[in-house]
Amino acid sequence: MSVTVEKSPEIAPPPVLRQRGQREVFCGLTGIVWLHRKMQDAFFLVVGSRTCAHLLQSAAGVMIFAEPRFATAIIGERDLAGLADANEELDRVVGELLARRPDIRVLFLVGSCPSEVIKLDLSRAAQRLSRNHDSVRVLHYSGSGIETTFTEGEDACLATLVPGLPVSTDGADLLVVGALADTVEDQFRRLFAAMGVVRVGFLPARRAAEPPSIGPHTRFILAQPFLAETARLLAKAGLKRISATMPLGAEGTRAWFTAIAGALDIPPSRVQEVTEIPYRRAESALRRMHAHLSGKSIFFFRDSQLEIPLARFAANELGMRLTEVGTPYLHRALIAEDLARLPTGITLSEGQDVERQLDRCRAIRPDLTVCGLGLANPLEAEGLTTKWSIELVFTPIQGFEQAADLAELFARPLRRRARLTV
Amino acid sequence: MQLALWTYEGPPHVGAMRVAAAMRGVHYVLHAPQGDTYADLLFTMIERSKTRPPVTYTTFQARDLGADTATLFRDQVRDAAERFKPEAMLVGASCTAELIQDDPGGLARSVGLAIPVIALELPAYQRKENWGASETFYQIVRQLAAVGDAPAESAPGPSCNILGPTALGFRNRDDLAEITRLIGRLGIRVNVTAPLGASPADIARLPFADFNVVLYPEIARQAADFLQRSAGQPCTRIIPIGHAATEAFVREVADLAGVDPAPALAPAEARSPWYARSVDSNYLTGKRVFVFGDATHAIACARVAARELGFQVVGLGTYSREFAREVRKEAELYGQEALIADDYLEVEAAITRAAPEIVLGTQMERHIAKKLNIPCAVISAPVHVQDFPARYSPVMGYEGANVLFDSFVHPLMMGLEEHLLHMFREDFEFTTDASPSHLGGAGLAVADAAGLAAQAPADSEASLAGPAWADDAEQEVRKIPFFVRSKARRNTEKYAEMHGIARITLDTLYEARAYYAR
Ligand code: SF4
Ligand code: SF4
Repeated sequence: MSVTVEKSPEIAPPPVLRQRGQREVFCGLTGIVWLHRKMQDAFFLVVGSRTCAHLLQSAAGVMIFAEPRFATAIIGERDLAGLADANEELDRVVGELLARRPDIRVLFLVGSCPSEVIKLDLSRAAQRLSRNHDSVRVLHYSGSGIETTFTEGEDACLATLVPGLPVSTDGADLLVVGALADTVEDQFRRLFAAMGVVRVGFLPARRAAEPPSIGPHTRFILAQPFLAETARLLAKAGLKRISATMPLGAEGTRAWFTAIAGALDIPPSRVQEVTEIPYRRAESALRRMHAHLSGKSIFFFRDSQLEIPLARFAANELGMRLTEVGTPYLHRALIAEDLARLPTGITLSEGQDVERQLDRCRAIRPDLTVCGLGLANPLEAEGLTTKWSIELVFTPIQGFEQAADLAELFARPLRRRARLTV
Repeated sequence: MQLALWTYEGPPHVGAMRVAAAMRGVHYVLHAPQGDTYADLLFTMIERSKTRPPVTYTTFQARDLGADTATLFRDQVRDAAERFKPEAMLVGASCTAELIQDDPGGLARSVGLAIPVIALELPAYQRKENWGASETFYQIVRQLAAVGDAPAESAPGPSCNILGPTALGFRNRDDLAEITRLIGRLGIRVNVTAPLGASPADIARLPFADFNVVLYPEIARQAADFLQRSAGQPCTRIIPIGHAATEAFVREVADLAGVDPAPALAPAEARSPWYARSVDSNYLTGKRVFVFGDATHAIACARVAARELGFQVVGLGTYSREFAREVRKEAELYGQEALIADDYLEVEAAITRAAPEIVLGTQMERHIAKKLNIPCAVISAPVHVQDFPARYSPVMGYEGANVLFDSFVHPLMMGLEEHLLHMFREDFEFTTDASPSHLGGAGLAVADAAGLAAQAPADSEASLAGPAWADDAEQEVRKIPFFVRSKARRNTEKYAEMHGIARITLDTLYEARAYYAR
C-alpha cells in the first residue's frame, strides 16, 4: 500500500443504524483513571456520590495501591437537605486535600450526575478556590454520565485546559492533542525532531502547570478521535486543524505524519526518509500477524469512539472482515479520513440499545468481538471470542512501534482460544 | 461531604444487584444514568459470572431530564418484562434518579404487569451496599413469602432454610455447600436456600421450614427476624466460622431441630485443631494480628486467630457501622478499642501504629499490607478476582476451619522468605556501595546487612521521642536480625517507659527481653 495524499471521502458513506435503549458504557469520570497518570502534578476531585467513587475504583481495578491522585467528595444527605452549605463543605474538603498534597499544582473539580442535578455550580467554586489557594489552579469540567460518555471525559478535561494555554508568537508550530502514553509521546518527539519540527506541544502536558504555548500560526492535530469539544475550542481560538487518520498501525501513523508535514511545508521526501525505518519495522511485524488475523470477522460494540479508526486498521492493515462497527458518537469531520478508508458493506451503528446489539452480535457470531468488560465474559461463555475495549484505551497503541502490540491485542484472544483444549 | 479515596462498600443499589444476581427468575429495572452500568463488571469480571446480572438500566441523559424520564422508565420496565420474562420484577433508583424523584414503584405498577413488582427504596445518600442487600432481600421475602399458607404436601422430618448467600459474597458459594452438607449429616432437610439460587416461587415456600439458618447477618438478619415474627421461625445466631464455632453451630442447629448433634461433631476432616497443636505451629504463638472486615468475618476470624492459632489480636475493626456495637464488645475481649471506620487512610494509620506481623482484611488491607510489607490474608468482602478461587475453599464449617488455618499460616511462611530475600538484596547493595571496613565474606551476609541498616543516615527504626539508647545497647540491638529488630527496639522502649528508665543500657535490653519472653 502506498502513501496517498489526504482526500475527502468521495464514495457514499456506509448507512448508519441509530437506536435508543440501554447504553452499556462508562461515564466520563473513567477518563480520570488514565488522565491522572498522565498529568503528574494534577489532582482530580469528583464531586459526586458513592456510586461515582465505586465506579472509579472498579474501573481502576484498585491497581494503584499508592495514594492515587484522584478522590471523590461524596455528597451526603446533610448537603442535600441544606443542613450543610455544599459550597462551604467543598471548600473544607479541598482545603484538607491540598494540605495533604502540597505537590498538587492543578486541581480539577469534576462534576457528576448528582452534582449537576442539584445544580452545584462547580465553575464558580473553581474560581473561588483558585483565589483562595495561590499555588494551585482550580479548574472544572463535567464527567457526568448524563453529559458524557466514557472518553468524552478526556475531551471535557482537555477542553477546560484550552483557555489557559499561553499565547505567544513563538508558541508551538504543532500541537498534538490527546493523552498519549509517555513512551509514545517520546517516540513522536524524536520523529518530529528528525523531520525538523522543533516547537511541538502536547496537550495534555505531563505537568499540567506547564502547558504548551500556542500562537496564531500553531496547527493542531488530534491523536485521539474523541476530542470534539477540545477541537472546537482550539478552532475557535484561531488554530487550524490538520485532518488525518488516527496514528494507529503502520499506514495510519505514516498518513498522520504525512498530513502534519504537508501542513507545515515539510517536503514529503523528508517524511518518507524519517519514517522509513520504523514504518518498515511496523509493517513487517504486522505482516507476521496476518496469518492469525486475515479473513477473521470482527464486531465492535459502541464504547470509546476509537471504533472507526480501529476498524480501519483491522480491515486495511490486518485484513480482518468488518461486520458491525458501533460508536457512541459519529463525529464525521474528525474521523473523516478513517471513515473514508472503511471498506463497503459494513454496518455502522451510533447510539445503542445493548440488548438489540447483542442480538445482532449473536446472529453474526463474529470471530472476534470488541466489547466492554460487563459483556466480555458472558459472550465468551456463549462461545464468542472477545477483546475488552477498555484495554484499547489504557494500553499504548499509537505509533509505529506500537502497531504490532495493537494487532497482538486482537490476535491473542484468538490464538488463546485455538490453543485451549478444555 | 466526605472525602473518599477507596470505598469498602458500593452504593445500596449494588447490594440490591447482589441479591437479584443471586436469584433466578427476577429482573431489576434500575433508573440510572449510563455510567452506573459499570456495576455489571463487578459480577462478570470479579466473580467471572457467565451471565450479565439481570439488570436493565434506563440510562437517562441530561436532555431527558427536562422531558420525560418517567416514560423512559415505564418503557424499559415493559421491554424488560417482555424480553426476560421474570417471575417478579424489582424496581428502584440509583443515586441520581433518587434526586429526580420519578417514583419507580408507582410508575412500574402503572404499567400493569401480571407479575409481582417489588419497589425498592434505597436511600443512596445515607446507606451503603450491605444495607441495600439486606433491605432488598427483606422486601422480597416480605412481599413474596406465603406467610400463613400451608404447604401443598408436607415432607417428613425437621427442615430449615439457609439464608444469606448472595452473588459477589466472600466465599458464599463454598460456604453454602459446606453448611448444606453439615446440615444433611444431622438428617435435617433444607427447604429453601436464599437468595442464592432461589426463585420467587422458592421464596414463597420459605415459611414452610421449621427454622432458619442465618449465614450472613449483614444480609439476612432482617429477613430472618421478619420470618421469626410473622411465621414463628426461630433462627440461628452462631456463625460457623472456625472449628469451635462450627461445633457450637452444630449444637445450636441440632437443638432447634430436636435431633442428636453427634453425627456432625468431630468428623475426620476436621484437621485444624491438630494442626494448631502440632509442634511445627509453635512459632505461631503470639503472632501479632490485625483484623478488619465486615463485622461477621472480622469477629469470627479474630476468634480463630486468637483461640485456634494462638495469635495475639492487636487490632480489630469493621467498616459495617450497622454492627459497630458487636465489634466493640468483641474488641474489648482482646483489650483493644475497636476501629469503626470506612476511611481507608484511617485503617492504614491504625495498622501502621499496631505494627502487626500479619493482617487479616479485605482487598484494601491487602494493599495496605503490601505497602507496609506485612503478610496478609483476605477474609472479607470487598474482594478481587483472585478471592474467587477455582478450587473448593469455604471459610465456614470444618473444611472452612482447615482453609483458615492454611490461609493464616501460609502468608507468614512466605513473609519469612521475603525477609530472607530482602537480606540478600541489601547485602548486594552493601558490597557495592558501602565503605570497605564492612566488607565481609558471603557467610557474613546477615551481619553485614544489619551493619548496613545501622549505617543508614536516618535510622528509620529509632524513635524520635522516648528513652535514649546507650552506645553498648545500641550496638547490641543492631546484632539482632533486622526483621525482628524493630520489634525488639519497640519492646525495649516500652519496657523502659513502663519502668521510668530514661537511658537504655545493655542491662535494660536484657531485662526487657526477659520481661517479654514468652
Ligand atoms: S493486586 Fe491486582 S488483583 Fe489484587 S486487588 Fe490489586 S488489582 Fe486487583
Ligand atoms: S453515571 Fe453519573 S452517578 Fe454514575 S458514576 Fe458516572 S457520574 Fe457518577
